[in-house]
Amino acid sequence: MKSGELKYQDYKYGFTTDIENIKAPKGLSEETIKFISKIKNEPKWMLDWRLKAFNRLKVIKEPNWQKPKYPKIDYQDLYYYSAPKSMKDKPKSLDEVDPKLIETYNKLGIPLNEQKKLSGVAVDAVFDSVSVATTFKGELDKKGIIFCPISEAIQKHPDLVRKYLGSVIPITDHYFATLNSAVFTDGSFVYIPPNTRCPMELSTYFRINASETGQFERTLIIADKGSYVSYLEGCTAPMRDENQLHAANVELVALDDAEIKYSTVQNWYPGDKDGVGGIYNFVTKRGACRGKNSKISWTQVETGSAITWKYPSCILQGDNSVGEFYSIAITNNYQKADTGTKMIHLGKNTKSKIISKGISAGKADNTYRGLVDINSKAFNSRNYTQCDSLLMGNKCGAHTVPYIKNKNSSSTVEHEATTSKINEDQLFYCNQRGLNQEEAVSLIVNGFCKEVLQQLPMEFAVEAQKLVSISLEGSVG
Amino acid sequence: MLQLQNLRASVNDKSILNGLNLNIKAGEVHAIMGPNGSGKSTLANILSGKNGYEVTGNLKYEGKNLQDIPIEERAQKGIFLAFQYPLEIPGVNTTNFLKTSLNTIRKAKGQKELDTLSLLKLIKDKASELNIDEKFLSRQLNVGFSGGEKKKNEILQMKLLEPKLAILDETDSGLDIDALRIVADGVNSHKNENNAFLIITHYQRLLDYIKPDFIHVLSNGKIVKTGCADLGQELEKTGYENFK
Repeated sequence: MKSGELKYQDYKYGFTTDIENIKAPKGLSEETIKFISKIKNEPKWMLDWRLKAFNRLKVIKEPNWQKPKYPKIDYQDLYYYSAPKSMKDKPKSLDEVDPKLIETYNKLGIPLNEQKKLSGVAVDAVFDSVSVATTFKGELDKKGIIFCPISEAIQKHPDLVRKYLGSVIPITDHYFATLNSAVFTDGSFVYIPPNTRCPMELSTYFRINASETGQFERTLIIADKGSYVSYLEGCTAPMRDENQLHAANVELVALDDAEIKYSTVQNWYPGDKDGVGGIYNFVTKRGACRGKNSKISWTQVETGSAITWKYPSCILQGDNSVGEFYSIAITNNYQKADTGTKMIHLGKNTKSKIISKGISAGKADNTYRGLVDINSKAFNSRNYTQCDSLLMGNKCGAHTVPYIKNKNSSSTVEHEATTSKINEDQLFYCNQRGLNQEEAVSLIVNGFCKEVLQQLPMEFAVEAQKLVSISLEGSVG
Repeated sequence: MLQLQNLRASVNDKSILNGLNLNIKAGEVHAIMGPNGSGKSTLANILSGKNGYEVTGNLKYEGKNLQDIPIEERAQKGIFLAFQYPLEIPGVNTTNFLKTSLNTIRKAKGQKELDTLSLLKLIKDKASELNIDEKFLSRQLNVGFSGGEKKKNEILQMKLLEPKLAILDETDSGLDIDALRIVADGVNSHKNENNAFLIITHYQRLLDYIKPDFIHVLSNGKIVKTGCADLGQELEKTGYENFK
């Protein structure tokens, strides 16, 4: 059998919802920022914060050290806010939400209404620049857990937001983080009170719908002393010939003895098989293990986007704190990824673990870039890094760029890396046991990714496995 | 069941099989013996459909042209190859692999897929017949298995998949005497009037346990002599020198 004859699987989430939008004036300006702040009814401190970021933005430049290059983005030719008109009057309950929006999420497999909602998972659904609905609010309220759109948190919980927003990713951090700080629209806010274990998975589903629009998501999660939360985000977008920008900032704060588990299943539109269109996924994610014995664990399954450029990182401030990064990055056709993590060890006895699985197929390019930085005061700290790359075919690339700084002689850093090609003999073995080419590839690749897949919450692990297989369909030739 | 006429095969213009003829009927056990490099493994690979060979000749399996059948369909139609070097697939659980394979083949045969419980029971039963430790079923497929464990795992798969034509490519090499006897028992218990075996081996010793109906001597890509079980003993004494 010629495996090259496999069909290219169309992107399942590529539809567009036809809906009337309210948009900010095109382009990046003070007016745009004031428009966003006003429509969200923000207090003055928030607008001032945004404008401070905007002033900073005027004097800094986009970074350009990354491997995947892209055509210059015209920031004046973008919309920075787009929301369904029907959301303007802030629907009080799901009954008042435009049925077209509910239908969109049904089609994406995320039912929002009470009868059908996913069991054991509370969902915040973000559509372009607004949050459409948040499920299970009542049950979470009872435990004192706050899970709401960040725009709502700014109004209802200003003390928490002011204390923590920008405390992990300063507004001066780098171009895209600063841009996000100036124009961010919506995202989720989570606060888990002390000694509380969040009883269900919290999840945000991001959907880009409008064209010529950037999505600037902002998420802030705070786990107070002795608390635990597991959070998952999912992302999809319509199929379009244009490249769309998604520049998110995600900040996590874990206080003493707290744990945050943050999982991402990123399936933005990757572009077509000739590399036309797709999302630029330029995201800043950072977590601070601020308290002693705290833990932050990032798990990401990155299968979508034309370009993925992100390094979910951990700042291990508290003594005995733990940072983990589990990543699967799959690039097919002309997709590019430059992803990895930064583990900054500041406290004593801090530990970090990095497991990265990169898979390249077609003409794609996949880079792992990571920093392990052990400070002079981080006594007895440890890092273990394992980077495995799998190549399919002979036109794709895999690169590993680890940076290691160890300023403490009592600390140890381990790095292991492998690169392999998908093995024809393994495929033959599976074929000989009755599996066709696609089933065989799926089996082998899922085996390769297993250490990371098993970190995902159970509700999503099966979906992620399927996604891994679908992303690679037609890639063995 | 299987008819091969004038089978010729080459890799990169180097010819390996040079006009091989072989007929296998249901209920028969055939052994192929021959020196290193005589084309034994190539024959096994071609029957199971491995890519990379230039193949000509008239090859029929159950009346159909073998060359037209893709690898996985050959497996689904009952051709099984016990690999000389079973492949390691990291991260893939052995039980899961057996499950996927068995259910794929059952589905292709029009049989009902087995639910997890009955599957587990079936796998455990067959494994214990082969004296395979249950722990080994939860390990990654062939990863870190000893040579003997890998070979037993091949026979376990054969017993589960119940092929019509089982090809054993040097399954005896790397086995100690006890494992050899267990593997042979596995083959003998699977044998019936509806299936057939093609056993590729260097040595007579496996044939002490599995009685072949025919022994063929393969040399320079051709069958140069066919005989009954006694031929094996003769070869053990005289070697392949006379057939080169």
